Amino acid sequence: MGDQAVARGARHDIGGVALRALVRQKELSILLVTIAVAIYFVTSNSRFANAENYHTIAQYFAPWAIVAAGEVMLLICGEIDLSAGFVFTLAPFVLTSFADNGVPLILALLLALLVCAAIGTVNGLIRTRFNIPSFIVTLGMYFLIEGVSLLMSNGAPVSAPSSGWVVGVFGHQRWSELIWVVVVIVIMQIVLTATRFGIYTQAVGGNPVAAAESGVRTNVVKIVNFAICSTLAGFGGILDGMRTGSFDPTNGGATTMFLAVASAVIGGTALLGGSGTVVGALLGAVLLGIVFDGFNIQGISANSFDVVLGIAILVAMLLNVYLSVLRKRVSQ
Amino acid sequence: MTPVVQAEHVSKRFGPVRALRDVNLSVNKGEILGLIGDNGAGKSTLIKILTGYHQPDGGRLLFDGQEVSLRSVVHARSLGIETVYQDLALVNDLPVYLNLHLNKEMVHRPLPFLRRKEMRRTAREALDRIGIDIPSVTAPVGQLSGGQRQAIAVARSVTSDARVLLLDEPLAAMGAKEGGLILRLLATLKERGDLAIILIAHNYSQVVDVCDRVNLLQHGEITFDRASKDTSVAELLELVHAEYRLDSTPRHSDRR
Repeated sequence: MGDQAVARGARHDIGGVALRALVRQKELSILLVTIAVAIYFVTSNSRFANAENYHTIAQYFAPWAIVAAGEVMLLICGEIDLSAGFVFTLAPFVLTSFADNGVPLILALLLALLVCAAIGTVNGLIRTRFNIPSFIVTLGMYFLIEGVSLLMSNGAPVSAPSSGWVVGVFGHQRWSELIWVVVVIVIMQIVLTATRFGIYTQAVGGNPVAAAESGVRTNVVKIVNFAICSTLAGFGGILDGMRTGSFDPTNGGATTMFLAVASAVIGGTALLGGSGTVVGALLGAVLLGIVFDGFNIQGISANSFDVVLGIAILVAMLLNVYLSVLRKRVSQ
Repeated sequence: MTPVVQAEHVSKRFGPVRALRDVNLSVNKGEILGLIGDNGAGKSTLIKILTGYHQPDGGRLLFDGQEVSLRSVVHARSLGIETVYQDLALVNDLPVYLNLHLNKEMVHRPLPFLRRKEMRRTAREALDRIGIDIPSVTAPVGQLSGGQRQAIAVARSVTSDARVLLLDEPLAAMGAKEGGLILRLLATLKERGDLAIILIAHNYSQVVDVCDRVNLLQHGEITFDRASKDTSVAELLELVHAEYRLDSTPRHSDRR
């Protein structure tokens, strides 16, 4: 009996430090998995490790990461936005309709983002005023915005603006999309962890009654996060359209939205709210991008990618649950 | 001495139910008043009137001897009337120090970034001041024991401006050791001298132990008001349970 206790204590000491770090730092486990997967593809295929391919990977995950940065905020405060993918689709066409009417491009871009923010605000207002679950509200908005995108584009792609500094800065310049990803992630991570609004977002998702009783305006927090999520989704859509030089109504949509949510979940965000990090969502998106790209290089079909994605999400969820149990044990 | 809080002839109806009738109650500075009574006796209604959540139908409230009409919980709080609710109102995912500063976060100027270090320090000070032993203020509240969480909820309510502290069953579902932690905390708060404390509890031995005075609420009326040293657990049990004995005749209905 006594020996067992001693043995248990010893094991705790040796593995304890590493275990603590792994469990405490939510992003660390997903970072290790991402590195491991990258090493696997680098060693198994010579065409993986070069700047050109890294650029390709960045093109994959950039839209997911930018949309995920907004979805993380919503997930943490206990909500979700299913319409974000189609706001991603719609934003370039809103920009085009302003630009076609003679509005300077940079202004057209800002106005398009404003329209996206308004869509998010409407989501938030319906959610909070009528107390309808965000899953339902944004499902309605999902079809509505998809329809509007098709109407505005007539179902066909249009070429994106191709000249001027705005085009270069917002997507067309090589790596500019990736730089924007970093900027968005850094800003949102700071908002989440270093501002009162970030704390309120976590409090509203963790215990809405507690947040309200201490005077936090929970509805305002939610509405602002809906607006942030839609704005970022629209921004991601514009960047992606500028990069490819074509605004395409088949871009974005449900796939982008679900991959963004998957990135957030794989990155350690609790689907029931309360906890999560923006950096974790970026790592989740990078991991998915590496797997997607690696499979392409290996010649494995996109169909198997979905199988891997499904398994990755399930494993990530199980790991999330397991880690939170571990966290409790380690801290006792 | 003028009581800090006083209820005079307070009554409250919810439709046909008379939740409170002609209730008189008062608490002094540095005093702990135990409020006991069976479920549905009106304890929660009385607390909610004292915190401004409900408004009484009749009678009046006095605060420092002055008549007040509490418009809302926020209004009551601005007067220094603080409540620790049964649901604790803590966010489990957030660390102790952020829970203690919830909606009172300290930020830098002009850039409004959180002053985490400062908040950790003041949280530690606040806990030390009332003698609560929490190993780490950075641990998420969800990882603490029930007693520690209750202590943190109390610590958050006991600001320097607090005059009245209402505790709604802080000892419910708590083990003897955990309960002891809270009892010691209440004793420490009493020593501060300027707080008037009302404690709702079901464990009469703890009530007799920590309270200066006990009020028994039965069917919306205060039927018993005595100093703790002049009563006993046995007497309180007898008073509360007598009417429900198998051989007793049922009391009249609350509906009139």
